[in-house]
Amino acid sequence: MATFKDFRNNVKPNWCPGCGDFSVQAAMQRAAANVGLEPENLAVISGIGCSGRISGYINSYGFHGIHGRSLPIAQGVKMANRDLTVIASGGDGDGFAIGMGHTIHAIRRNIDITYVVMDNQIYGLTKGQTSPRSAAGFKTKSTPMGSVEQAISPMEMALTAGATFVAQSFSTDLKDLTALIEAGIKHKGFSLINVYSPCVTYNKVNTYDWFKENLTKLSDIEGYDPSNREEAMQTLMKHNGLVTGLIYQNTERQSYQELINGYAETPLSQADLNLDQQYFDKLVGEFM
Amino acid sequence: MINQLSWKVGGQQGEGIESTGEIFAIALNRLGYYLYGYRHFSSRIKGGHTNNKIRVSTTEVRSISDDLDVLVAFDQETIDLNYKELHAKGVILADAKFTPKKPEDTQAALYAVPFTEIATELGTSLMKNMVAIGATSAVLNLDIHVFEEVVQEIFGKKGAQVVAKNMDAIKAGYEYMKNQLVDGVEIMELEKADGKKRMFMIGNDAIALGAVAAGCRFMAAYPITPASEIMEYLIKKLPALGGSVIQTEDEIAACTMAIGANYAGVRTITASAGPGLSLKMEAIGLSGITETPLVIVDTQRGGPSTGLPTKQEQSDLMAMIYGTHGEIPKIVMAPSTVEEAFYDTAEAFNLAEEYQCPVIILSDLQLSLGKQTVEPLSMDKVEIRRGKLVTDEIPENENKGYFKRYEVTADGVSPRVIPGMKNGIHHVTGVEHDETGKPSESAANRIAQMDKRFRKIENIRFNTPVYKNVKHEEADVLFVGFNSTRGVIEEAMVRLENDGLKVNHAQIRLIHPFPTDEVLPLVRSAKKVVVVENNATGQLANIMKMNVGHAEKIIKHLKYDGNPFLPHEVYTKCKELF
Repeated sequence: MATFKDFRNNVKPNWCPGCGDFSVQAAMQRAAANVGLEPENLAVISGIGCSGRISGYINSYGFHGIHGRSLPIAQGVKMANRDLTVIASGGDGDGFAIGMGHTIHAIRRNIDITYVVMDNQIYGLTKGQTSPRSAAGFKTKSTPMGSVEQAISPMEMALTAGATFVAQSFSTDLKDLTALIEAGIKHKGFSLINVYSPCVTYNKVNTYDWFKENLTKLSDIEGYDPSNREEAMQTLMKHNGLVTGLIYQNTERQSYQELINGYAETPLSQADLNLDQQYFDKLVGEFM
Repeated sequence: MINQLSWKVGGQQGEGIESTGEIFAIALNRLGYYLYGYRHFSSRIKGGHTNNKIRVSTTEVRSISDDLDVLVAFDQETIDLNYKELHAKGVILADAKFTPKKPEDTQAALYAVPFTEIATELGTSLMKNMVAIGATSAVLNLDIHVFEEVVQEIFGKKGAQVVAKNMDAIKAGYEYMKNQLVDGVEIMELEKADGKKRMFMIGNDAIALGAVAAGCRFMAAYPITPASEIMEYLIKKLPALGGSVIQTEDEIAACTMAIGANYAGVRTITASAGPGLSLKMEAIGLSGITETPLVIVDTQRGGPSTGLPTKQEQSDLMAMIYGTHGEIPKIVMAPSTVEEAFYDTAEAFNLAEEYQCPVIILSDLQLSLGKQTVEPLSMDKVEIRRGKLVTDEIPENENKGYFKRYEVTADGVSPRVIPGMKNGIHHVTGVEHDETGKPSESAANRIAQMDKRFRKIENIRFNTPVYKNVKHEEADVLFVGFNSTRGVIEEAMVRLENDGLKVNHAQIRLIHPFPTDEVLPLVRSAKKVVVVENNATGQLANIMKMNVGHAEKIIKHLKYDGNPFLPHEVYTKCKELF
């Protein structure tokens, strides 16, 4: 059986020292091993940006696509081979700016993949511009007077879009984060895990210390019930979204693949491409 | 007796104009006639003039005709907009309900037939279309029993009574009209057809069927005119084969999802029209640099932007060849008939896997939506070739070394492994990369990988890149076109040959890489080269100039008013040159 070391490759990440993404990578590798995967049965599909490089740092099949499109690529991979474990990953710009349309629709489509967002509330690879997760008033190169736009609340957004698995974590909580990714992989349907992953170079506001002061663990809230969508929404609103843990899970709704008509139970990628002559003749006959 | 007939039915959109044409056409197709249809429609569902023009012939036809024999009109607008196409002995069958007025400058005969009234008496005014089919049958001296089978198929689900009533409506229309044609001068009786069974379909049906035959089992697409029929067909057929179609949130998702599925080993298609292709461009570049097979259909319509969304145009040519930033190997093919649309689509999947690059199947609105008679399509000519797809076990790499997915090879094509295969792990990225897929900015690697990618299509094997009808070693005129212009060119050619001109014809089926070796000798041996295309700038003519030179000989014959060429327009243009 593979261990987390088997999910390591010999590529040295080009992230800045202290970047939160290192821990996210480690958590993903541990979760993959913990759920019993072999490296060839995992496909990590990532977007563009610092965090998008993650698919190149894990010893598994990896596809580093174009900005904002990790989710449709990942859904295509999963539709082609339902036996693969597919993790899509990228930053907050990738998922909540350029790729927001795909995020909402992937949530409501509910294909069985896991989406891990590395949320640092800033654009890092382009050297420090505002992100849709930056708070109003946040000063960056592109908002020198402070952002006048409202930040997106991805967890609330996911709940309203019909998400069946919504979780949030903080990159330093390696154990909790690993457990959430494992739960996301096991979840039958689309799982969204937003991870606060601080940018030590460009974000001097939302720092490790800032998160430690401001985050509330859901496990510390007595009687919190992640199967209660209304409670999930209220809790998020009460804490301004700054909570960690499993926020909401619906285990009753079936995944897209389970619901669609005719979809093969074995991977489509293994299907016989040759069409039966009689079946073809029938199709031709329909046009006569 | 006549050997061909042109019939048009027109009215307001949503009035059943399309189904009237459909019933008439299917019945005649089953008698063994060759049909070719053209739908004039607007970007709205209810209201606005629409018409369906159908050419019926005892021999193969691939274009609409210059004139019209019978016009069935459900409103005055239909008469006013279309009567000029009628020849002197043509007939207008108009619903008496709107008190039709015959324009002064036509010699065609007008009959006010109580379509609506007869239908209402029989039960419902909805059957006015059937009355019109009956009236048409009287003019054609056609036995109305030929409609029984089609009426049964269409209305059978609604019960025997509905079927009987619709047949009654056809009969009533027939008898009413029969009594009007007392001296029979207007009767246009078609020669008997051969009775052979042939298909009756649109180009989009053929593209979709070609995909099924090629082993395509997944589609990701977003609805758009005139491409949606491809998706609608596959939604009906793929589930029975275990496959699936996802209607995505947008065109970018459609294209990237198709890339994901192809990467993971399933033959996947996406289809759209110009606006969708514009959105897919970045993803097409991703397919190019990651060497992921991808089959994309572009059913061209009037552009730019929303342009003329329901009209004929061929103006995406340059965008398909050069679209996406940067440089990638790409294959652009342009079937010119429905048959070719089927076989080319099936072949596109082979090319995409063999050359590991995007393959664009270019169509145009008239080819995609013009319903026509097609000789039965066959699986015999459909092959499945998957190129260098690795299916055997892969030996273990040392020290977690990655599989050389982008190995530099003599033919430029590298072994392709799909996710799930042990020891096949490699990286895929849109960033320039080395042989294992790892990002690399080294100058030497950049050159090696760029050269490798372009080497793939240097000697592309493509069966019949040019459809040629070359009867003359030295020609006065060489006609060149692509997609649906083939039929009008063929007709103009016959007329010009009758006038004593020597005419050759080349319809380009492989647009990119351009088949220079095939086209150049034909250009050299012609006095003039007339490039016929539905766009304003002469995109194919310009591509010809780039690839084969001889700019002095190349004459652009362009039409960009949203309508397909008529045979006489091509004929006249050529006559003017001599």
